[in-house]
Amino acid sequence: MGDLKVIGGGGGEGAVTTRFSDLLQWARKWSLFQYPFVTACCGMEFMATAAPRYDIARFGAEAPRFSPRQSDVLWVVGTISQRQGPVIRRIWEQMADPKWVVAFGTCASCGGFYDNYTTIPGVDKVIPVDVYIPGCPPRPEAVLDGLMLLQDKIQANDRKPVVVPPKLVPERAPGRAREGRS
Amino acid sequence: MSQAVVDRLNTQFGERVLETSDAFGDHDVRVAVKDWVEVAQFMKNDGDLQMDHFIDLTAIDYPERQPARFDVVLTTRSSVTGARIQLRTRVEEGEEPGTLSGLWSGANWAEREVWDMFGIKFEGHPDMRRILLYEEFIGHPLRKDYPIDKAQPLVPYREADDIEKLPPFGIEEGQPFARIDWESRLVGDDKQVSPSIGVQQGQRRTLSDSEAAQQIQARIEARLAEEE
Repeated sequence: MGDLKVIGGGGGEGAVTTRFSDLLQWARKWSLFQYPFVTACCGMEFMATAAPRYDIARFGAEAPRFSPRQSDVLWVVGTISQRQGPVIRRIWEQMADPKWVVAFGTCASCGGFYDNYTTIPGVDKVIPVDVYIPGCPPRPEAVLDGLMLLQDKIQANDRKPVVVPPKLVPERAPGRAREGRS
Repeated sequence: MSQAVVDRLNTQFGERVLETSDAFGDHDVRVAVKDWVEVAQFMKNDGDLQMDHFIDLTAIDYPERQPARFDVVLTTRSSVTGARIQLRTRVEEGEEPGTLSGLWSGANWAEREVWDMFGIKFEGHPDMRRILLYEEFIGHPLRKDYPIDKAQPLVPYREADDIEKLPPFGIEEGQPFARIDWESRLVGDDKQVSPSIGVQQGQRRTLSDSEAAQQIQARIEARLAEEE
């Protein structure tokens, strides 16, 4: 939480002060109700992220709302065809402010290899996107990176789009090496 | 056993079977457009053949072929004998073969897809609408002369001036198959179209043997230089 001052001390007592807007953003970023707009194979990784192993509930974003009117963040998971363009536009318009959009995977981000008459080259051609998660599909770790980026953006009240940086080399992912998995 | 189907059709229809072929066991029978429904009906209802399983109906575009540009291909199988056969006919632009949806109801959607993708209508079809694309779409995208990169958005693309960075991503962002910059690819004489169309439209010329050998040699040398 932005500017945090602790008054009094120790033993679990005391108080913190902050600005109301910071408190509000803090509450928002830890209670993201999501609208999963899942159209393609990325949905598998989305399910993995939501499942206990990766446990998106740690970030307060586990509650799916299948009505755009009740959701805060729109996950665009998968290829968006031209024919779906009006649909996704309308869903986004139905969401109440404040709302955020995450483009999950390469197709939602930029169309991927579907470079033809069928596919919208990135859902940002139709609705504004806050976080792009590249990958075909992205690993759940990348999705969680994207979610944390979104939380940072919410806390900072920053609407500039960001792209989740890729993991550089396998050796930099020590968890997998430790567990002896390939 | 598929050969038996071909033989049966030959004896039944004689001269009206225009062409048969057998490529690695895939039997293929070509008939005229006017015989299309009749032959299909015979294959389905004849007691010996019983081609009761509709597998697929599609079309192929041969833009350079005159006079009949399209092949309409029916793939069908008998669940009784196991025979499998392709029935095809050549269709001119604007010509309408009869619908098979009365024989196999599965043909209904397949014929709509052929109309959607190739612009071939089927006479007598109960519901000749687009099936995959939208009514606003102009043209038929699986025709070889449909521009390869032409999209027809239903929602106008937004002006993204509030976005500092937009896809396409680069390799450094973990997307080796970032979107292709077609404009940059159109520089030079290689227009990135299929070879036969490219030759037809004068965009691509066929290489002579010596030129091709030169190019291959250059590629090998470039790769060797890269490895060093």
